[in-house]
Amino acid sequence: MTEAPLLSVRHLSVDFIMQDGQMGHALEDVSFDVFHGQTLGLVGESGCGKTTTLMAIMRLLPANARITTGQVLYNGQDLLSLSERQMRDFRWKEMSIVFQGAMNALNPVMRIDEQIGEAILLHHLMTRSQAARRVGELMEMVGIPRERAGQYPHEYSGGMRQRAMIALALACAPSLLFADEPTTALDVMIQAQVLELLKQIQEKLGLAIVLVTHDLGVVAEVCDSVAVMYGGKVVESGSADSIYNAPQHPYTERLLQSFPDLNRPAGSLVSIPGTPPRVTELPPGCRFEPRCNKRIEICATTAPVMLETSSGHRAACHLCQGPAARF
Amino acid sequence: MQEFWSQLGRKLAALWRTFSHNRMGMFGALLVTTAVLVAVGAPYLSPYAPSEVIRDANGRGMTFASPSVHPPLGTDDAGRDVFTQLVHGARISLMVGFLAGSIAMFIGSLLGILAGYFGGAVDTLLMRITDILLVIPDLPLMIILVATLRNLELHISPLVVLVLVIGLLYWTSTARLIRSQVLTIKERQFVARARAIGAGHAHIIRKHILPQIMPLIVANTVLILSTAILVESGLAFLGLGDPTKPSWGTMLNFAFSRNAITNGAWWFYMPPGLAIVWVSLGCVLVGNVLEETLNPGLAIHHLEDESRMVARRPEAAPP
Repeated sequence: MTEAPLLSVRHLSVDFIMQDGQMGHALEDVSFDVFHGQTLGLVGESGCGKTTTLMAIMRLLPANARITTGQVLYNGQDLLSLSERQMRDFRWKEMSIVFQGAMNALNPVMRIDEQIGEAILLHHLMTRSQAARRVGELMEMVGIPRERAGQYPHEYSGGMRQRAMIALALACAPSLLFADEPTTALDVMIQAQVLELLKQIQEKLGLAIVLVTHDLGVVAEVCDSVAVMYGGKVVESGSADSIYNAPQHPYTERLLQSFPDLNRPAGSLVSIPGTPPRVTELPPGCRFEPRCNKRIEICATTAPVMLETSSGHRAACHLCQGPAARF
Repeated sequence: MQEFWSQLGRKLAALWRTFSHNRMGMFGALLVTTAVLVAVGAPYLSPYAPSEVIRDANGRGMTFASPSVHPPLGTDDAGRDVFTQLVHGARISLMVGFLAGSIAMFIGSLLGILAGYFGGAVDTLLMRITDILLVIPDLPLMIILVATLRNLELHISPLVVLVLVIGLLYWTSTARLIRSQVLTIKERQFVARARAIGAGHAHIIRKHILPQIMPLIVANTVLILSTAILVESGLAFLGLGDPTKPSWGTMLNFAFSRNAITNGAWWFYMPPGLAIVWVSLGCVLVGNVLEETLNPGLAIHHLEDESRMVARRPEAAPP
């Protein structure tokens, strides 16, 4: 690809200082690109660092977290070098978040229109009456009748709240939208509607979207490219097609097997035994080694690096790095 | 700011709807309201000035006259009308209590919000100051402070000294209460969302934290008010009030020092004593009911109280 990426995350590492003084490596050497108008799926189990990645990009990490290395380039500008003041102006105007669980992310004692207007007015983008009109337009764009804008979050259904959350994310016309598990806790019908809405909006506004999810079905539906995360690292990345049809990393492979597929014979659903490693007790070699069914000797001692396996498809596994890389 | 007030207005209206159904709360509100009305209308309620000596038909001062049609609550050792002193004393007691309570509330809320919201070193520093103030016994400290401030000859009214000393010492419990509430609110996700939309700390505190703790502040103000009035009475009783502007506490001090008790002049010390009880009971009732309505966690859950259960335990099966 010759086009310059909109967002380019390079070698991002984040450490957490735990309560007992231990260091936890929440993210290590995370790199990926997001292109204009495209959707990147960030996939992985709970606790693998997906949300931490988003928060690190927005510089909203909790006080006990430190970004140790890396760059976050947005249109070529390193966000990590901005002052807090500059960053505050930058947030929402350029990139916004659709939070997981809209009920909690909306202030229960503020009306929906107040909350959307708040974002617009904070950035001094327009006057109060212009903002009120814009809120109406946004509500209609996400399919909520204008007259319900003056209601409180508890008066909305789960799906409507998520739509309102999307309207809020679009308030300042950002170029990049982070959707942090936007369909969790919604039933399947509403999930499909919300995803459809995101797709429509992307086409209309030319947004780039980073979709964080653990649902590979969702990824197959909407994503152009995918980055699979495990234990704070990106273990495989590539186009959605190549990841689905030719997964290189055993983790991706097993993740795909653990989702039901109508085309596979019944009973082929498998789970991955064990749990993801704790950030304070990471295995010395490959992080997936203790749970991997294809592990070889070197996996326990040496961490594999990300290497290109085919055009645009990269994976970090000793098995797919050719005999030369193995020894 | 306009939004803040409209939000507060809506909250208070909703609060009144619940509050007005609570008998204890309404009784307390009645006590407080009458006291305030008496204080406001003091000059109209009594024909005398507080220091005016009542004279009988022969022009002699009536000392320790017992209650009758005139004067209704008797007179004190100097022949002054107790009723007049009582209604004028309401002005001083309530005024000092209200001002001191407001100062305490303001400091407590401010420090509580700062400590809870910013955490870390700010929290540690502010809470250690709070701890130190909490462990020093209030009364001796206040007596020393008031006495010292007076001896400095700063030419400020003794009442102002009282207001400042009470206000500057009684914010500790409020600060802790507000801090704990802010701690839970700031962890809610909508605060993180507010940060993500580019809001600064001042904006988040003003629009997302303050409206949520405002009801708590209101309830706590009423409780602090009662404490402030009680403390003022205590200090005035110990002779630290302003003898030229007698509050209820000062009246008790006069009654004690001028042997009203040995003279059997109960009408001299009972009315101010009961008035203090009247107002502080009213404030405590209102404050407690406000707290209960605003913090549903304090209410008894219907599952803890069998009589409130919707589905009762089934009767023993007939044999």
